[in-house]
Amino acid sequence: MSEKLLQVKNLEIQYKTDLETVYAVNGISFALDKGETLGIVGETGAGKTTAALSILRLLPEKTARIPKGEILFRGENLLLKPEAEMRSTRGEQISMIFQDPMTSLNPILTVGDQIFEALAFHNDTGMTREQMEARVDETLELVGIPRSRKRDYPHQFSGGMKQRVVIAIALACEPELLIADEPTTALDVTIQAQVLAMMNDLKHKLNTAMILITHDLGIVAQTCDHVAVMYAGEFVEYGSVFDLFTADKHHPYTDGLFGSIPNLEVETDRLQPIDGLMPDPTDLPSGCKFSPRCPKCMDICTKQKPTTYQNGTHRIACHLYSGKEVEEA
Amino acid sequence: MSQPLLKTVGLKKYFKVPGGFLHAVDGVDLEIPRGKTLGVVGESGCGKSTLGRSVLRLLEPTEGQVFFHGEDLLAYDKKQMRQMRQKLQIIFQDPYSSINPRLSVAEIIAEPMIVNKTFGSRREIFARVEQLMDTVGLAKRLATAYPHELDGGRRQRIGVARALAVNPEFIVCDEPVSALDVSIQAQILNLLMDLQRDMGLTYMFITHDLSVVKHISDEIMVMYLGRCVERAPSRELFKNPTHPYTKGLLSAIPVPDLKMRDKTIELLKGEVASPINPKPGCRFAPRCEQAIPQCFEQSGEMIEVAPGHFCSCGCKRA
Repeated sequence: MSEKLLQVKNLEIQYKTDLETVYAVNGISFALDKGETLGIVGETGAGKTTAALSILRLLPEKTARIPKGEILFRGENLLLKPEAEMRSTRGEQISMIFQDPMTSLNPILTVGDQIFEALAFHNDTGMTREQMEARVDETLELVGIPRSRKRDYPHQFSGGMKQRVVIAIALACEPELLIADEPTTALDVTIQAQVLAMMNDLKHKLNTAMILITHDLGIVAQTCDHVAVMYAGEFVEYGSVFDLFTADKHHPYTDGLFGSIPNLEVETDRLQPIDGLMPDPTDLPSGCKFSPRCPKCMDICTKQKPTTYQNGTHRIACHLYSGKEVEEA
Repeated sequence: MSQPLLKTVGLKKYFKVPGGFLHAVDGVDLEIPRGKTLGVVGESGCGKSTLGRSVLRLLEPTEGQVFFHGEDLLAYDKKQMRQMRQKLQIIFQDPYSSINPRLSVAEIIAEPMIVNKTFGSRREIFARVEQLMDTVGLAKRLATAYPHELDGGRRQRIGVARALAVNPEFIVCDEPVSALDVSIQAQILNLLMDLQRDMGLTYMFITHDLSVVKHISDEIMVMYLGRCVERAPSRELFKNPTHPYTKGLLSAIPVPDLKMRDKTIELLKGEVASPINPKPGCRFAPRCEQAIPQCFEQSGEMIEVAPGHFCSCGCKRA
């Protein structure tokens, strides 16, 4: 079937308060097939988490508004679904792994009970209690935790083990789409490597599609198929992982991100950071949102929104390359 | 060879806990020459922050000695130590909780000078504050701002300015960039390196981020459960990691390079053991694939495997 598993079209999200409007996500589009992994990279406040939460409709109801856009999951617009149906979608078809395993588990329930809870809530096939308990054991072992620890409480586990439990809960119902919001940021590198290797394994085993939110370009290179670089609520660059790491044309912000990480292979005396700060999302600059910090800023950049340069799967929203599509062809 | 600026001998810090003693730092010897940076890396709970604080006597070491300019800091009384602290400063990890929210930026930076009575008049102090703000790249108009008005990067600049206020020679940087975004992180790292070049500062740079530590350090010390397992010049350590733990640690870093994508990494199995009443022998032995029975009985001595490169793993000899 040619239909994509997830399609997000022109999504815009704002947070409205009495005093101001925060423009968190400003028109992003992407599509994801079964078994694919999309990495969303960006700094704090770029709107990564807001975009992810909107797919699950977990945005705060009182303040968040979605004035434009569609989120199609298997062809169905999630934004129009009634809340009751949405509840059965969450956790069953789409699951989320949150950043901090220390706070996303319930401290007064055993980890076994917490996985059981997810299964019992979405028990459409009418599994018996025993079958569900067996499934809990199976899931725990899938993430590398011995079943004998089922009756333990979260505080008896280390950070890495807790994150495995969180992943086990997310995977219990075998979702088709998994959204992981900085799943390894709170973990040490050796534990991070273990968790990432495990997630990669599971992805192949269960053919789950995944959206991986991270700020670590290393993780992107190791695990993702497609990458979106997000800045001030927009995808400034989007493409396959090969486009991002090997193509010669990049958005100046992407170049800045690469310049900011100390390279282990090459000796550099000074890093090339991006000057300045993220713009205030209540008062975004006109034209290109990156223009105030951009080293290659031109006159047109402050006045006009950049057009998208496209080369195959690679999309860059920057004036530098506008009109160059013809040359390519 | 000239005398190192800072030197520790058998430094230990134990904490009493209900189950016995937590060996946070367990016999660390280190030397930092003037104007150089020693990077201390290790995972959470390996005792690197405790080490940093013990060196400054912010935590009273249980055993061992700390020499600064050849003088034993631990022999100093409270008053002498307070004098000494002007030469020894620290920059903390979290720029949100390490500065007083009820003081303005200028007051925060002025505080160490007021406490230490380095300047006579208010005017002199605030002239120096302006100068410091300029040094660390904070705009003058922010002098009257409060910390909550500023972002993480700017707050960390306040932390740096405050540490510099009393003209220190030695600064412990305890994960100064790990709470910051990459682009801001790079700005602060550049700032710290410029300051070192211009003012001849000596750093002990504590971090868990290996790419950062390689970038900023002259020498790197790898810690595991309170002990130093390997110490080498920065380039040498990354070229020839010798200790099995260092090797595992280095191979666990995700590299932003597609060539490494399909490379299978040697994963370290298991997790860090408890530092409470640790068993004798090599601390890493339970997770080490090359461990031999001897590893569980006696801990390895630091041996020099290459010039300036020390490793505590004895397996190679056997």
